[in-house]
Amino acid sequence: MTDPATLDRISRTIRHRLIEISHRAQTAHLAGALSCVDLLVALYWTRLRADPANPADPARDRFIFSKGHAVSALYTVLAMRGYFPEASLADYNCEGAGLPEQPAPHGVPGVEWATGSLGHGLGVGLGIALAAQIQGAQYRTYVLMSDGECQEGSVWEAAMLAPRLGLGSLTVMIDFNKWQATGRSTQIMQMEPLAEKWRAFGWNACEVDGHDLPAIVSALHQENPPDKPLAIVAHTVKGRGVSFIEDDNNWHYRSPSAEEVVKAKEELFPNA
Amino acid sequence: MRNAFADELLKLAREDARVVILSGDIGNRLFDKFKAEFPNRFYNCGVAEANMISMAAGLAGCGMRPMCYTITPFVTTRCLEQIKVDVCYHRMPVLIVGTGSGLSYSSLGSTHHSFEDMAIMRVLPDMSVLAPADSNELRSCMRAALRQDLPAYIRIGKKGEPEVFKEPPQFEIGRWNVVEAGERVCILSCGTLLPEALEAAACLRKNGLLPQVVRCASVKPLDANFLRAAATDFELIATVEEHSLIGGFGSGVAEFLADAGLAHTPRLLRAGIPDQFLHDCGEQDHARKLCGLDAASIAGRIAAACP
Repeated sequence: MTDPATLDRISRTIRHRLIEISHRAQTAHLAGALSCVDLLVALYWTRLRADPANPADPARDRFIFSKGHAVSALYTVLAMRGYFPEASLADYNCEGAGLPEQPAPHGVPGVEWATGSLGHGLGVGLGIALAAQIQGAQYRTYVLMSDGECQEGSVWEAAMLAPRLGLGSLTVMIDFNKWQATGRSTQIMQMEPLAEKWRAFGWNACEVDGHDLPAIVSALHQENPPDKPLAIVAHTVKGRGVSFIEDDNNWHYRSPSAEEVVKAKEELFPNA
Repeated sequence: MRNAFADELLKLAREDARVVILSGDIGNRLFDKFKAEFPNRFYNCGVAEANMISMAAGLAGCGMRPMCYTITPFVTTRCLEQIKVDVCYHRMPVLIVGTGSGLSYSSLGSTHHSFEDMAIMRVLPDMSVLAPADSNELRSCMRAALRQDLPAYIRIGKKGEPEVFKEPPQFEIGRWNVVEAGERVCILSCGTLLPEALEAAACLRKNGLLPQVVRCASVKPLDANFLRAAATDFELIATVEEHSLIGGFGSGVAEFLADAGLAHTPRLLRAGIPDQFLHDCGEQDHARKLCGLDAASIAGRIAAACP
């Protein structure tokens, strides 16, 4: 398995690219992309069984990126895993190019599902996991959601059904960065106790520091009852990795200037 | 009709291992045989339609052929965004079946009426909208929908609808079929109003008119070739539907005639539900009369338009 120091370097590289992409494309949602980077790195570099050269392999593990607004993070991960050339990231949100600002269907290798409207990914993931159960397939299904997304009623419809179907091959990760578009998620809705909610719905649930890579890796690899879906509530910081973006919700919509890109790089690679 | 749905579904499941049913907590006893024979291909998804649709899309993406079944408003308007994004945007072969469509559940009030389902499903790209006339045409529609690898919506009645066909009739998506040939007037009927349309035609025949009656289960896509020819061959086209006059079958025909660039456009008469909620108590026949969708009302309007 990839060692923690390497994973950390990969995470920093991804964050740097995200900041460059957001500056170049002048797109929003940078901070929410930065908060889920470590979750994606732990998943893609240590857990997900998938061959970038064969993205339609029926035996592959499935990953639904349900917080579609942060898809620049997924694109960067997929490019670095070799699903498509890293040079393609320059096309992000360019007119006529193939990397739209929210994930689209049937386009980008490695993007399993078009998301962007919140609260769809878990139900889709449930269907994918159920198909494996019916067909006797061995793949696992992972879904990443935002915390604001957990305010959608459809999430809890899926949450209530998955344990009844005994879908132990289904794992949901929640990027709990405590912010949503216009304010603190924990103040707008009664989010807490979030892990307890999943347990009450019949899931095996755990909480983890969403920037502690070894801890996330352990959570993803834990022994899980075969008939119980797993919820990983990851406590994260919106804008993680850059001091002037961290926990400042203006960066839900802002994109960085050229000077800010330089400053961010200095912070991400202090010894470079 | 719903018994025929369950029966045909069992046959389809025996023929096609991909078929799986998702029910929104409906069909008490209806699927008992199916459940006994295919326990791992029937899922009661609870009173949670949005999730049922997303789940169906996920299943379809993995090679299954899910059919989502519950009362029409709950499997169409309630979960519209899941149908739009997860089913249609991804072009997933999910079959959505709404029972108790139109005025079938008249006595249950507006929460259970569906005058808007065809309008809303029709506007979604890649979605076929099918409204069979009876149990046997429903069986044909189900098979046609399963043959195409695309989203489809079938609106059906409840039970006890009059049977028009003795066996599953010829049916293709995008094709209409003449039930009774005629001249001057062409009655285009969609859904379970076909017996009323046929009775209206019989009334008109007594008064010297010889209307043609056509079954138009394929509401979307409509039969463009048929319509183009009918526009030339007939003086009056009448559409009959148990649906709002806004956005449904008659609207589709009107849109076609407006856009087709025909040299001659016949007069169009549309019978449907006016733009209002129904507050009256009563069964389907009563509600149909209120909306002018009984045979006598349809015949009267056509006669008045055809001096």
